[in-house]
Amino acid sequence: MRLAAILLITTLPVAALPTATHAAGEIWVTNEKDDTISVIDVETRQVVRTIETGERPRGITFNSDGSRLYICASDSDAVQVMDPATGEILHDLPSGDDPEQFVLAPDDRHLWIANEDDAVTTVVDVETRKVVAQINVGIEPEGMAVSPDGKIVVTTSETTNMAHWIDTGKKEIFANTLVDSRPRHAEFTKTSNELWVSSEIGGTITVFDVATQAEKAKVRFEIAGVNADLLQPVGFKFTPDEKTVFVALGPANHVAVVNAETYEVEDYILVGRRVWHMAFSPDFTQLFTTNGVSGDVTVIDVASRQPLESIKVGRFPWGAATRF
Amino acid sequence: MIYHPTKAGRNACLALVFASCTMPAQADLSIAMTYLRQEVEAPPVLSNLDPIPEDRGIAGAEVALADTRTTGQFLGHDYQLEVVSVPPGDDLAGAAKAALASSRILLVDAPTADVLTVADLPEAQGALLFNVSSGARTLRDAECRANLLHTVAEDAMRTDALMQVLAARRWTRTVMIIGPRDEDRAFAETLRASALKYGVEILAEKDWTFETDLRRSTSAEIPLFTQDFPDHDVLLIADETDDFARYVQHNTWLPRPVAGSDGLHGEGWAPVLEQWGAVQLQNRFEKYAGRNMGARDYAAWAAVRSVGEAVTRSQSDDPAVLRAYILSDAFALDGFKGRSLSFRDWNGQLRQPMAVVNARALVELAPLDGYLHQTNETDSLGLDRGESACTAFGD
Repeated sequence: MRLAAILLITTLPVAALPTATHAAGEIWVTNEKDDTISVIDVETRQVVRTIETGERPRGITFNSDGSRLYICASDSDAVQVMDPATGEILHDLPSGDDPEQFVLAPDDRHLWIANEDDAVTTVVDVETRKVVAQINVGIEPEGMAVSPDGKIVVTTSETTNMAHWIDTGKKEIFANTLVDSRPRHAEFTKTSNELWVSSEIGGTITVFDVATQAEKAKVRFEIAGVNADLLQPVGFKFTPDEKTVFVALGPANHVAVVNAETYEVEDYILVGRRVWHMAFSPDFTQLFTTNGVSGDVTVIDVASRQPLESIKVGRFPWGAATRF
Repeated sequence: MIYHPTKAGRNACLALVFASCTMPAQADLSIAMTYLRQEVEAPPVLSNLDPIPEDRGIAGAEVALADTRTTGQFLGHDYQLEVVSVPPGDDLAGAAKAALASSRILLVDAPTADVLTVADLPEAQGALLFNVSSGARTLRDAECRANLLHTVAEDAMRTDALMQVLAARRWTRTVMIIGPRDEDRAFAETLRASALKYGVEILAEKDWTFETDLRRSTSAEIPLFTQDFPDHDVLLIADETDDFARYVQHNTWLPRPVAGSDGLHGEGWAPVLEQWGAVQLQNRFEKYAGRNMGARDYAAWAAVRSVGEAVTRSQSDDPAVLRAYILSDAFALDGFKGRSLSFRDWNGQLRQPMAVVNARALVELAPLDGYLHQTNETDSLGLDRGESACTAFGD
């Protein structure tokens, strides 16, 4: 059970904790070109708050009890720590240059940050606010994932086209695996012990067996009438049972629904323009996708796989996180 | 020869860092490349505001080398780049032969005729050459060569991109001023062909004949010079040496935007590109070279990155294997322009979106929505399969 809880925390920030304080919950969306966060009330599907952040906010995640929000303010070269109740920035964490994405370890204490301009991964202790380690990785690190047991962190580097496997104890790389061009996002699964990595320009998701770091499968996409080079997978999310994956396809303006057991695409859902990332509603019945170019969020009904509604947010919405 | 101590230092440091990492068992490969440049005397131009950088092109190759070496360090692949710069009048063919004796991959930065001279050397047969400087149609047409790929955009890709924008804006009535040099006349011809292709009219043309220092007399001369043009939406200028075009805008009889060699223009790369991750490449380049990244830098960058991608995926250093991989459907280069880049298998041209820009912003990235193509929309830019007389690449 402990493992299950950890996994949910890593793939879906603040997942399924019984101490939920908001009945319906909220979706927090970073607006890259507005330096703000739009807070969407899941029940009313309205933007209920707009909160200022540092420059170019992208990655966003809550800690496990939802009391703290971490924001990658890329152009401020900082990770900001916010009290989500007040919207007040409490302090900045030292993050290295140009933080883009990060992942919070299951211990709720170590934040692993990809420094896009610097080809390093920075580990910060959120309590002492000190940098614990910096690990050299490939050019333009971006995707960050932590294994359910917290023992492995993976950084993907966009120009080097690799997943770098880091031993979190030794804080050293123990394996490097090639993926297709421009890897953007990575997630571990628990039940199948897999690592999934999306490659934006390669147009694929590579699935690795975690035990051997060997490639296990490749997910490919195809939409009639859309040029193959526009099918660019970026963010993706697993349903809690890990049987289905929703994959944002960037400028193809669709979200793919992938069967995680057969690696086949089952459906494509039309959303707004240039879809980046997504977050589930707290009850996992709805999925909220950030659409960068159209500046809105599409709400998808998970059961019927139909888009329900678009919600206008700020300019270039990028990251999304669920507040329970 | 140009030497950059900072680059050498940085790469040595990277090597140390990665040596400690566990690497998968891979074949150790060493890839030698040469950047071969024929220096040309730049013609005198009216303004000294934008000098041509000494390391134009070369800096792009060197940034790509650093990018590629990081992947290489993880795989046991080493990459070297030698820079050979031949002064005007010196023996380019001799320098090319010497370079080909030690490296079978060449980036050629030279005028069109010189590119062909190098490609036709007996020593160059079976080698892999990248044209990073000439946009001439002929190299993608009847005078293509099997050993010569083009990462620099064909001139027609620049003008097709521009004309797509003009047609999409319904700014289809244009007039044109043509500079006195051969390259100006050639560019004017390319503009005419693209205008015809996309339904843009060129209502009148005038040759540029001024010999005075226009910096002092533009406000008096240009209105008169442009007064007898028929009414138009856009004024096209063919001035490929960047001589006079900058003095035309805002001095015309009618208040009209300028396009072509100045104002709104199509480029393979421009400093105003920031989307699609471009800002990362711009930052890396600026940090390294201390200046903005231009189209030739990008062409050289794309050539080295193409080699790196081919070596990484094919695990080979054989030019024939690399060429076959580069021309195959499997090849996909991340070029920071929103789509994967690949090579046209009918003439070796790098297929790429084109930036239509002004000095301050990206206006459109071509191909624009709505310009369809039976196989790939990006092939609406430049010589398409059916138009090219190139036969060196087979069918």
